[in-house]
Formats: sequence, C-alpha cells, structure tokens
Amino acid sequence: MSADHDDGADRVWFEPPPRSVRLPMAPPTPAPATITLEIDGREVQVADGSSLLDACASIGVETPTLCFLKTLTPVNACRVCVVELEGSRTLVPSCARKAEAGMKVHTDSPRVRLSRKLVLELLGSSVDLSQAPDVARWMARYDAHPERFGADAATVAQPVKDDNDLYVRDYARCILCYKCVEACGTDAQNTFAIAVAGRGFDARVATEADVPLPASACVYCGNCIGVCPTNALVFKSEHVMRGKGTWAPERQTTTDTICSYCGVGCTLTLHAQDGRIVKVTSPLDASVTEGNLCIKGRFGFDFVDDEPAGDG
Amino acid sequence: MFGAGGGTSSYREIEETDLVLLWGSNARETHPIFFHHVLKGLHRGGRLVTVDPRRTSSAQWADLWLGLDVGSDIAVANAVGREIIAAGLANQEFIAEATTGFEAYRAAVEPCTLAWAEAQSGVPAEAIRELAHAYATAPRAMLCWTLGITEHHNAVDNVLSLINLALLCGHVGRFGSGINPLRGQNNVQGGGDMGALPDRLPGFQHVENAPLRARFDAAWGVAVPPERGWHLTGMFEAMDRGELRGLYVLGENPAQSEADQHRTIRLLEGLEHLVVQDLFLTRTAELADVVLPAAAGWCESDGTVTNSERRVQRVRRAVPPPGAARDDLEIVFEIARRLGADWGAPDPEAVWDELRRVSPAHAGMSYARLEELGGIQWPCWDDQHPGELFLHSRLWERPVVGPRAGFHPCTHEPPIEALDAEYPLRLTTGRRLSEYNTGVQSGAYANPLRRRETLDISPEDAARLGVGEGEVVRVSSRRGAVDVPIHLDDALRPGLTFMTFHFPDDVATNLITIDATDPKAGTAEFKAAAIRVDRLSP
Repeated sequence: MSADHDDGADRVWFEPPPRSVRLPMAPPTPAPATITLEIDGREVQVADGSSLLDACASIGVETPTLCFLKTLTPVNACRVCVVELEGSRTLVPSCARKAEAGMKVHTDSPRVRLSRKLVLELLGSSVDLSQAPDVARWMARYDAHPERFGADAATVAQPVKDDNDLYVRDYARCILCYKCVEACGTDAQNTFAIAVAGRGFDARVATEADVPLPASACVYCGNCIGVCPTNALVFKSEHVMRGKGTWAPERQTTTDTICSYCGVGCTLTLHAQDGRIVKVTSPLDASVTEGNLCIKGRFGFDFVDDEPAGDG
Repeated sequence: MFGAGGGTSSYREIEETDLVLLWGSNARETHPIFFHHVLKGLHRGGRLVTVDPRRTSSAQWADLWLGLDVGSDIAVANAVGREIIAAGLANQEFIAEATTGFEAYRAAVEPCTLAWAEAQSGVPAEAIRELAHAYATAPRAMLCWTLGITEHHNAVDNVLSLINLALLCGHVGRFGSGINPLRGQNNVQGGGDMGALPDRLPGFQHVENAPLRARFDAAWGVAVPPERGWHLTGMFEAMDRGELRGLYVLGENPAQSEADQHRTIRLLEGLEHLVVQDLFLTRTAELADVVLPAAAGWCESDGTVTNSERRVQRVRRAVPPPGAARDDLEIVFEIARRLGADWGAPDPEAVWDELRRVSPAHAGMSYARLEELGGIQWPCWDDQHPGELFLHSRLWERPVVGPRAGFHPCTHEPPIEALDAEYPLRLTTGRRLSEYNTGVQSGAYANPLRRRETLDISPEDAARLGVGEGEVVRVSSRRGAVDVPIHLDDALRPGLTFMTFHFPDDVATNLITIDATDPKAGTAEFKAAAIRVDRLSP
C-alpha cells in the first residue's frame, strides 16, 4: 500500500461524504394499467393485478375474510369472502380472484348472502369463535344461526395443547384457515414445523408426527400467533390471564417501539396492561417486519419485569 | 463505507438482488427477520452463497457454502479477486471511472491463486472459482457480513478485502448491489452515528476536522476537545498503563463480554472510580463504586434507534420503569446539573432536534416525519427529503461526484494463535437464535429452545477424543480453562469447535478467548482461539 494511497483513504474518512446529485431509486417499474369493472352496479377502476377484494375495499364495500391476510398467499380455504361473478357458474373467492376489465360482480346478492351465512354457520356450529373479532358482527349481518344444526352437531372441541412456556394451541378454536401453516412455511418463517394432517372433518393442524411442540422443528417465532384469526394460537401469558379472569383488553394500551435485541430494527407493538407488557405483536405494514418477529422479539421481554407476565 | 459509516443498502434490495453473499454471518439465527428478506429473494429466484467455517442454519439455505478455516477470509477474498481479474470479469468501466489503486490491488492479489487459497483456507479451489464467477457475473449482488469478519485481530483488513471485491465488480452504489455489515445490537449503528465513537462527533463527523468541530463549538458554546479519545480496547490498555483511572459505563457488561476475562476484571478492579448505569446489577456493576439504575431504553423511555439499513426509528415508552430506575437522559441531565450545567428538563425530542441542527444527514428527520414515514434512512438533508434507499450512487455519475473509492490491498495473516500439538483445536464463538450476548436480557424469559452452554464439536473429533454427547470436559487455552458439556454438531468440520458466551455465570467462555486485537478498530479476536479438550475422568 503506497503512502499517498493511505492519505487518500484517511481523507475519505475525514471529510463528510459528498451528497448524491440525484435521489437513489429503485429502477422504475411500468405503472400497471387501470382497468374498469362493475361492482354492485357501480363502476370501479383499479390497477391491473388487483384482487376483487381490493376492488371492493376501494369503494368501501366491506368483505368478511378469515383465511386472508395481505402478507400471505391466498389459500381459498374459508370461502367467507365469496362474491358472485356474472358468467361464472360458481361463486368466486374475492381474495384470490384477480379483477378483470368488464367484470360484473355482486357482493350482496341472495346467493352471496346465503353462501356467507352458511359458511359462518358451519364454522360457528363446530368451532369456538368467541374470540374471533368481527365474526359476531358478520353473523348478525348475514342472519347466521349456527345453533340450527342442533346441540349434537359435531365440533372440533378438544383440550388445549399446553406443552411449552411461550404459547398454547387451543384447536377447539381452529377453523383450518391455513394461515399459521403459511406463516410457518414459505410466506414468512420457512421453518415448516406445522402442516395440515388428516382428511375431511378430522383434518387438523399438526406438527410432524403430531409430536409436542418442544420435540418439533418449531423455533417459537410466534409468527403463527400473529396471523391466527380466532385466538386458537395465543400467548401463554394471555391464556393464563384469561383463565384467571385478569385479561382486560379495556385496560390495555398498545405502543409501537423497536426491539432491543439485534440490529435489524423490528417494530414491536407492546400490549401493556397495568404497567406490564402482556403481549407483543408487530404491524403488518412495518417495512422491516411485515408483522413477523423472532423468538426474542416476540417473547424475550420478561427482563424488564420482576415477575413473568401471566402471573399477574 | 467510503466516508459514511453504515451499510449501503436496504432490506428491500436483498429481496430484489440476484445474489446474496453472506460472509461470516449466521443471519438465520442472529438476524432472523433480515433473513426473512433473504428468503423472499431466494423464493424469487435469487441465489445465496455463504462463507463460514460452520455449515450454519444459514448455510443450509445456500446454493454454495464455502467452509473455510477460521481466519482465512482474506486468502479466499484475494483469490476471488484474482480469479475475477484473470477471467476478465472485472468491471473495467467502473474501475477506471470510480476507483483508485486498482493496479496495486491487482499486483497484491496476483500471487493469490485458487490453489494457494485452497491450501490456506481448506476450501476447494473449484468452490472459490464458482463464488468468484457467480459474484462477478450476477447483474446485482449484495455482500453482507457480521462478526465472523470483524471479531479478528485483522478485522479492518478483512472488511477491506471484501469491499475490494465490490469495487472490482461495481457491486456498490446501485439498486440491488451493495456492501452491508449487519449490526449486532439494536442501536450500534445509531450509537456511532450519534458520535459514541472515539473519533466522531454527532452525525459521524470527524472530531479532528477543524471546520466541522468549529460548528459544534459554536452550537454548544464550548471548545470541543480537538483530539480523538480511546476505543474500548484502548481504554483497557490505558487502564493497564495507569492513564485511565475513572470509568462511566452505560449499558455494557465488559466484565463478562470482553475477551480474556481475568485481565478485564483485574483492570476494572484497579480503577479509582467506576460508575455503572444499567438495568441490572451486572458483574460489571458489582465492581462499581456507584450504580445508577436505568430505565429500559426500548420500552420505558422515548427516543430513536438506527438499524442496519440506516433507518432511524422511534422507540417509545410503553410501561413505567420499576422502582428508582430513571431514564438515561434524566440521569445524564442530573449529573450535568450537579456539575454546574443546568440543561433544563430532559426532553428527548428537544435533544433530537438539537442533533438535527448539528448533523446535516439527520436534519430532515423530525419526530413528526419519523412517525409519518415509519422511520427514515439517513442521509435526510431537509424536511422534504425522503431519505436514501442506498448510498454511493455518486460513484455511478460520470464523472464521479466527490472522491473515488479506493482499493486497499490486504495481506492474509492467519490467526494470532496457531494450532499446535498442545492446543490442537480451533475454538470460534458466536450467538444462538434464542439467546443474546451475555444473557443479561435473554436469560430472563422462559425459553423452550434454551440449552445451556456446550462445547460444540465435530463427531469426528469427539470420536477421536473418546467423548460423547453431554460428557463434561475441560476446555483449556493459554489463558484459562472451563469445564463444559460436549455437544456433537455435524455442522462443524474436524478441528473446529464452537461455544457461545450466553451463559457466563455457568461457563465463562471469555476466560479462554484471546484478547489479541485489531490495531485499527480495537476489535478482539473472539473468533479464533487455540484450545485443547481433556476428559475429566479418563
């Protein structure tokens, strides 16, 4: 290394770096074409590539969804978001079906209402949906009465799987939406610790060979908890507090901050009750995380407290 | 990089690049959500190459894994550079227009043939060739590293040898091409940016640069000391010489995190006055004359931190601090008041706004904009500036704006401690997924993945030594010895062993690590000690 070269290097570190003369940008991508379709008799314009669900949302039509999440690949499992598409023999899932120019879509036709009602009734008669936000409201909207299948309707009721210190699996609340499987798989975590085992009514989410979690490939990122729509997957702290009757969402605050561990900079939403952290989530729209965390970010907060959450 | 102390790229680019070269980093476990972005890129058809002595859980995702001997990074990097030049794959236009020192670099790497590098590193020549061609021919390529590169006695040269490769191929300053150290702590980037370095003022401005310093003199109404201070290793050397006699430690646990723990504790005990400000009564705090209980910065106080993509983000108070613990800012303000400087009531936003006035690269980052935009990547020059997705686009202006980027020829030097008959095994250290550093934070939560400290060893070495899973053995280096159970790990090649430093109260790994340090950065060679393993009961 020559002497004048050394000087050059030192000078680079000594002076502030020059400013960019133009803003560094990603290469431009061609803007998608705008297409026009009709929803409930209204003309709607959306970007090509949008789903029918996006198109509905763009004009303020609220569509119930259970298995859909914007960060996951649609799996078309729950069918509660179906809409009627003119020219289509069957109802189509709005979460997965792309909008096309000239489509005529009905979101509140008798067929759609009947189908959504029946989906909610079948789920409601077999699964405990009491902790699924919005479901009660949708049941009312579609006049769904799960009880009409009778008290002896088959259910997925079963004991809570409580086999580790971080989260419990209450599959009596599981609607088999596949979100946890997707989040554990290629859509986020890529750990593949869980899959759907069995067929028909006996299908259920299971670890490999149905072993307890500590014997499975699970790395306790909790990204499955983050996407579960029915609280079948729940923090141990929340489960314990609910059991004791001390879980009080009305006394809880949520505060966004940044994880205290490595340098990736994940946004944490801290759910605190009575001055203590009781649960950690991450916003789906945080560019760093897209809602996903690791074991330390999601569960490693006890060090700021004298006693573990859940004892309170 | 090139005058700006931060990674050049954004996580989004990791998803959209053609090749990620992960060198000395097990991001799958140590930066899990960063690795999510890598995986997204792989699912889109990108490729991953890892260079690591261990076949880590990151390497298991790689298209190509180069399992090099600890400390042979420069040998491999120089051979990659030589092969790129020899194969005619160097970016001649970029080299000619945007760099200096190429001829010296070419001469320096000329002897570094693939065969030579194979002999130095243990990596098959064909694999090094494959890496060279993959990196040079990828339209976009990201080079990322972690402590596998920097926790060596020649840390700075290790980094420079990698930067040389980026310059050779023009893989910097463009969307999807960059060079990025992944930061190990949530604000190690921000701490440096704020001037918590011995030669830097806030905004990464050099303290010995008189015009820059003058702006601080004016802003603060004091004469800022004109010369750089000591980095951590330099402080311990100064303690050894008796020049440094008082120490104020904020949120560090050097008594357990520094290499060669016997020496570290002896020096801390020899201080005239030691103040420790921390959440916990750490081993370091136990040695202190005064302990100031602090609030947890990430959930009990307000402020900002900066991540590995230069994104400044808000931390916010969600819960009150326990007992008498107080916000760091409050404590510092109170100390100032007792020293005779009344700074008024501590207000994090006011402190941040002061920073924005003295650091041009942060000037446009008001709390309101940080909130609105979900954080901003520096530099952000004014209230309209959106922050920069990647750095050094100026190197692609013709003519180049500002100074060219220099090649820095580096020479391969093996680790300080060679293996010999007495200490025949290589010990390298690192983190595991569910633990963190000395366990001060991560030791408290119920963790189903937790297994205590082990000496991870290849099945071949275990068989040779006649030891089995779980057997407690004595691990000795020239500095000390610890007793620790064996764990067989087929990610390790024969001759290589691995420990963490997560459970220092059980197994003080840093009793045996070496405190040989890099002369420029002061980083210790945590990654390369020579050890022997002895059975306790023959």
